[in-house]
Amino acid sequence: MTPISYFLQRGTAMLMVPLIITHLALIIMAVQGGLSAEEILARTRGSMLWAGFYGVFVFAASIHAGIGMQTILREWTPLGRLASANIGHMLITVLWILGARAIYAVVWA
Amino acid sequence: MTTSERMLRVDIWRGNEKGDYQSFEVPERENQTVLDVVTYIQRHLDAALAYRFACRVGVCGSCAMTVNGRPRWTCRTHVSRVVKGGKLTISPLKNMPVIRDLVTDMTLFFDKWQAARGRFVAGDGPKDELAPVQPDTKERMAASEAIECINCGVCYSACDVVSWRDDYLGPAALNRAWAAYNDVRDGDRTGILKAISAGNGCHTCHTHQSCAEHCPVALNPTFSIAGLKRASLKAKLKGELSK
Repeated sequence: MTPISYFLQRGTAMLMVPLIITHLALIIMAVQGGLSAEEILARTRGSMLWAGFYGVFVFAASIHAGIGMQTILREWTPLGRLASANIGHMLITVLWILGARAIYAVVWA
Repeated sequence: MTTSERMLRVDIWRGNEKGDYQSFEVPERENQTVLDVVTYIQRHLDAALAYRFACRVGVCGSCAMTVNGRPRWTCRTHVSRVVKGGKLTISPLKNMPVIRDLVTDMTLFFDKWQAARGRFVAGDGPKDELAPVQPDTKERMAASEAIECINCGVCYSACDVVSWRDDYLGPAALNRAWAAYNDVRDGDRTGILKAISAGNGCHTCHTHQSCAEHCPVALNPTFSIAGLKRASLKAKLKGELSK
């Protein structure tokens, strides 16, 4: 890991702590409150607050997972630095696209 | 030897990378160290046993071996502290190639000290003038905490990350780099940060703290590595590492 990937890994981890707690609390509250999918979508559609919240979450999670996967591949498989880095970068891109697609679906679609 | 004498069963690694354990019976003594046991075997039971030692008092760092699964300095490890059911299993240090029996090849281990730039580089000041270094400064105190390493290789042998990546510089070299970085007389402290910021440097550490747990002289290389992580990140963000 380089200083920058180390910074991004630790920084995204710190950023995700409150986001994960909020996300889990939200799920529990929605389920316990008996909200239907339509009722949840009614609250998220057009909400820039939730778009921003999950936008930051997806950004942080994709970077964190990509760097983590790169490290795991480098340490636990015979893959070299370049191959591990390429797979890590691909994972960042894929997770970011999937996350962005999900945010689009619950906020704008 | 009397018939009432208690005996230790000692299994010792014989061979190099390929080999097997050989069992010996060694008389148990009071205040006996693991190095005493190995020396007894070499002097009385099998003169061909290869092992390494020098000072016998915990200063030189030559005699580290794996004892009952843990890397230890054998000259200061009393048998009574580590023996299990009257049995000792002694093998060479892990994470290093085995030359023969209990002797490892430490070339790469010491090459990494050089790669981490753990050596003093003189600055531009006059050679005949003593540089004032106050003992209570932050840098001097940080250096003091890391400086007593005896180069035994125990931390390197205990490190999981070294076992996964043989190019990782490892706790001993990085601990030395931290001590060198905190030497304010050094003429190229940024050079140390450049050396330890490569992909195989301090940021590869997972903070497992095996090095601190096993260090025979109670140093904390994990703490030193954390210091290097902070210092190198600051330098990187200031653009000092790309100059």
